[in-house]
Amino acid sequence: MKIAVLVKLVPDSEAQIKLNADKSWIETRDISWVMGPYDEYAIEEALKTAGDKGGEVTVISYGDEQAVDGLRKALAMGVHNAVRVKREGEQDLLGTANALAEALKDNGYDLIFTGFKANDDDCAAIGTMVGTLLDIPVITEVSKLEVGEGNVRAERDIEGGREIIEASMPCVITAQKGLNEPRYASLKGIMMAKKKQIEEVVVTHTESRIEMAGLNYPPERAAGKVVGEGAEAVPELVRLLREEAKVIE
Amino acid sequence: MDYLFDDFQKELIKQANRIGREKVKPLAAEYDREGTFPKKLIKVFAEAGFYTIYIPEEYGGIGRGILDLVLVTEEISRFCGGISLAVAATALGTFPIIIGGNEEQKKKYLPELAAGESIAAFGLTEPAAGSDAGKIQTRAVKKGDKYILNGTKVFITNGGNARINTIIASTDPERGTRGATAFIVEEGMPGFRYGKMEDKMGIRASSTAELIFEDCEVPVANRIGEEGQGFMVAMKTLDKSRPGVAAQALGIAQGAFDLACEYAKTREQFGQSIIKFQAIQFMLADMATQIEASRAMLYATSRMIDNGIDDVAKESSMCKIMASDTAMQVTTDAVQIFGGYGYMRDYPVEKMMRDAKITQIYEGTNQILRMVIARQLIKDITRHT
Ligand SMILES: Cc1cc2nc3c(=O)[nH]c(=O)nc-3n(C[C@H](O)[C@H](O)[C@H](O)COP(=O)(O)OP(=O)(O)OC[C@H]3O[C@@H](n4cnc5c(N)ncnc54)[C@H](O)[C@@H]3O)c2cc1C
Ligand SMILES: Cc1cc2nc3c(=O)[nH]c(=O)nc-3n(C[C@H](O)[C@H](O)[C@H](O)COP(=O)(O)OP(=O)(O)OC[C@H]3O[C@@H](n4cnc5c(N)ncnc54)[C@H](O)[C@@H]3O)c2cc1C
Repeated sequence: MKIAVLVKLVPDSEAQIKLNADKSWIETRDISWVMGPYDEYAIEEALKTAGDKGGEVTVISYGDEQAVDGLRKALAMGVHNAVRVKREGEQDLLGTANALAEALKDNGYDLIFTGFKANDDDCAAIGTMVGTLLDIPVITEVSKLEVGEGNVRAERDIEGGREIIEASMPCVITAQKGLNEPRYASLKGIMMAKKKQIEEVVVTHTESRIEMAGLNYPPERAAGKVVGEGAEAVPELVRLLREEAKVIE
Repeated sequence: MDYLFDDFQKELIKQANRIGREKVKPLAAEYDREGTFPKKLIKVFAEAGFYTIYIPEEYGGIGRGILDLVLVTEEISRFCGGISLAVAATALGTFPIIIGGNEEQKKKYLPELAAGESIAAFGLTEPAAGSDAGKIQTRAVKKGDKYILNGTKVFITNGGNARINTIIASTDPERGTRGATAFIVEEGMPGFRYGKMEDKMGIRASSTAELIFEDCEVPVANRIGEEGQGFMVAMKTLDKSRPGVAAQALGIAQGAFDLACEYAKTREQFGQSIIKFQAIQFMLADMATQIEASRAMLYATSRMIDNGIDDVAKESSMCKIMASDTAMQVTTDAVQIFGGYGYMRDYPVEKMMRDAKITQIYEGTNQILRMVIARQLIKDITRHT
């Protein structure tokens, strides 16, 4: 079985995010980059599937030189091959999906995994777009997966219940929390990953149809308000929670 | 301070810290309370390859050195100084095979240890032979292709959970330390059983057990080196593993320091956070200074060992004394900074204070290690005059 995993490098969730001087992008200097948690679920599921069914896992990232760090992390976890699809300039989501789809097509992948979203821009779009561009089924936010002969059975949480979906392969699965518990890269894996070749692929780029107008910090949280002290303050607190904050009815 | 780690070490520290944060920290209080042996976490450590660090590549390891092991031990100890022993004491139990074992023994035992399928223990101490380890009474008598062992080892870390036990016994009591011999005793060998499991002040997630040998049959093939080399193997083992105790102590100290800073920032008395008081600031400054001095000495000693310098008895003793005394001081001060809350089981620093104490006692009490240092000093002085 041939399995592909699409990953993206994101700032470490403990990093302090600051905007650059002209607020066009974040200040990247002091940031350490990691693979997003959902991409780790995707990699684990790919490795597990390859382990059970036999097969090879290729991790693919669309990005600049930095993407190599993420690819090495995936290699350290046990992924067999790594491909960097070279990014040129800024791309919108469709441009990114196009680039990835071009790198994927004609390579005979049976399964394509990716995190359901990258936890930096939270777009949750790439998996769906890539599947659509490749004209194959997409199942999103999967938290349980069974891989059969030529088909998959996936479960996903929906409001108040579980949805069970079947699809034929090839297909795209986007990983949600709960799918598995990702393994830690072994020290041996980290060592070997340093020596492995990372393949570079150049694809044709589409014109970006959107433009980043700017970034802004979230509004400062207003200071708290002391309503009063002791039991006397409770009625006023309840009134404010109901009428001003509107968090109770 | 920048210790100029290589790229691999930087990643190893990150990985160990992440595992400490994600896996060890959530279980530390419960395992301490219940005295649970961390079987579940050994699986995680094995998967992460922590047992491969000090084992040569040809036997399933990655052939790195003491510094890497020290870095992992330190990171895990920040979150639990007991759980970290599942790694550090396995290294201690494995070193005799690496140092003195023959090719067959290495081929037979090191791969399963590297994979973390088994863990190891090192048995030297006996009821009447603690600091005076030369007085061991466990006897090994050769009979055909077997040795028959009789005696009791006490306080053995990982005891009861280690499949592979490296044991120092006497083959020739007349010759004292020159009559000691090292053996590999597997769990399940006839005549080998566990005695008392100790109920301890600290490092309660680590097992400490009595090992009892009653006409225990050990194949001659399991003798490490020659008869009479046991004490030498034991001393070389301890020289290499003592930095591990220092790393455990350092990690405990760092963990307590981090919590004390956090607490001092948030706790308010007299209308301001207590970190504003110079009395607290000076305490924190001293803690940080002692920690950094311990760390510098520990890493320097580890690098000496990794660069093949053999005679490190003095340095490894110094870094163990330094780090363990620091751990005791820093954890005591951390409890102080937490005030009454620090004394309570609901807060993590009292556990750290209990965990710290052992590092002044085992692998040579700090008194015995001062004797080791002094012996070397006297040698140096005589050499120079
Ligand atoms: C939790 C735990 C885990 C352990 N794990 C292991 C293990 O895995 N393997 C193993 O072999 N052992 C292990 N030990 C044993 C440990 O190494 C010994 O406890 C230690 O060496 C001290 O021996 P002792 O307890 O018999 O104390 P003693 O030797 O009786 O010492 C008592 C006191 O006298 C002092 N003292 C003794 N002789 C002198 C001297 N000549 N000059 C000045 N002061 C002196 C000591 O410093 C100490 O303060 C462990 C112990 C503990 C508590
Ligand atoms: C087991 C136990 C029994 C107790 N029994 C009683 C009892 O019977 N009755 C009772 O009333 N109380 C009792 N206490 C409370 C005890 O007296 C307080 O814990 C103690 O006064 C410290 O207060 P705190 O814990 O709030 O620490 P904090 O006051 O928050 O102090 C935290 C740290 O900040 C330092 N600090 C605070 N202010 C300053 C400053 N201005 N300058 C420099 N350093 C400062 C402190 O020295 C300490 O190191 C008990 C506490 C314990 C743990």
